[in-house]
Amino acid sequence: MYAQLVKSEGTSREDMSPEEIAFQGRIDRNEKIEPKEWMPEGYRKTLIRQIGQHAHSEIVGQLPEGNWITRAPTLERKQILLAKVQDEAGHGLYLYCAAETLGVSRDELLERLHSGDMKYSSIFNYPTLTWADMGAVGWLVDGAAIMNQVPLQRTSYGPYSRAMIRICKEESFHQRQGYAIMMKMANGTPAQKKMAQDALNRLWYPSLMMFGPSDKDSVHSAQSMAWKIKMNTNDELRQKFVDQTVPQAEYLGLTVPDPDLKWNEEKGGYDFSEPDWDEFYQVLKGNGPCNKERLGARVKAWEDGAWYRDAMVAHAKKKASRRPVAAE
Amino acid sequence: MSSEWPLWEVFIRGQHGLNHRHVGSLHAPDAEVAIKHARDVYTRRNEGVSIWVVKSVYIAASSPSDKGPLFEPSNDKVYRHPTFYDIPDEIGHM
Ligand SMILES: [Fe+2]
Ligand SMILES: [Fe+2]
Repeated sequence: MYAQLVKSEGTSREDMSPEEIAFQGRIDRNEKIEPKEWMPEGYRKTLIRQIGQHAHSEIVGQLPEGNWITRAPTLERKQILLAKVQDEAGHGLYLYCAAETLGVSRDELLERLHSGDMKYSSIFNYPTLTWADMGAVGWLVDGAAIMNQVPLQRTSYGPYSRAMIRICKEESFHQRQGYAIMMKMANGTPAQKKMAQDALNRLWYPSLMMFGPSDKDSVHSAQSMAWKIKMNTNDELRQKFVDQTVPQAEYLGLTVPDPDLKWNEEKGGYDFSEPDWDEFYQVLKGNGPCNKERLGARVKAWEDGAWYRDAMVAHAKKKASRRPVAAE
Repeated sequence: MSSEWPLWEVFIRGQHGLNHRHVGSLHAPDAEVAIKHARDVYTRRNEGVSIWVVKSVYIAASSPSDKGPLFEPSNDKVYRHPTFYDIPDEIGHM
């Protein structure tokens, strides 16, 4: 999902030290782990990777939507989109702060994003071609994000859990404003309805990819689930997402682009086609339609902002030297 | 890389007269900007009417390994709780 394919580093139960056994016991009793408490190095590293990737996804995720702010069809829509994109910036900041409690700095994380060493969600490497995509992104992408973030509110690491609680409070507005756009488009002119269908066609499978590879290929899940930094398997969440979303598409009068989609009475859920996993790995490798553009925009924003960050530091220093009492 | 802005802890007091509560942290070059950032990051939906910020380096915290010695002394003082005392029902609410 926002953190796909996070490599987890753990020790098998037999090789655990007494400290690690006690730590796992705390997690099993649903105790929260707080920043300065003892934790296995693997737990710390895996969390930095996961929270960092999640933060990067929030920040890079602003780009495909930011793309439409100046072209929103009405002033009200523009305000809404602006507020949503601003929320995503906030989500990124909450998460960077959570990661920082693990002993890594925000600048360091950003550097690792910019160098390509750290990833963000594959979904943001797809283009947003029409206004209907703003609807589909809110509905499907934020919808998939919510699916993953709601259980993470119960994650074992205190600062991560608290960031998730804040984020979840703000997400439902995101999904609802997206669905409201879809309703408008789906009930609009034939051309508008066609745009809505086209957005669903293009974003359906990339949204399913957000949950990460199929469980049978998901190598790092077991350790992360034992540590409660992953609460459900990828396939569980993907199934839940499909079951929730298909009726919403039907309500819009749109067709999910999957000829094999059908209700399975026995399992109480839909059978559906998996996304093209080769495409998924290609996008992760950097070969998606917008990888270069997205990362390029990030690096440019960071570099173009350097003079401002430096100026603010210089100004703060000067002010502090003028008023030594108020300074520190 | 240029010098990183220092980290600040943010405390917000909500509408209803409760204490300021820690809500998270952020980076800012000085206190004034920290308050502005705190407004943007932590009060986008009327969460507060007052903001405190303090540089994270100035927070002194109890150490997790002291949890026992620090908090155990209050564990066995059950008489500090109202339920310790049996008051007859006739007395009514007390
Ligand atoms: Fe978000
Ligand atoms: Fe969102």
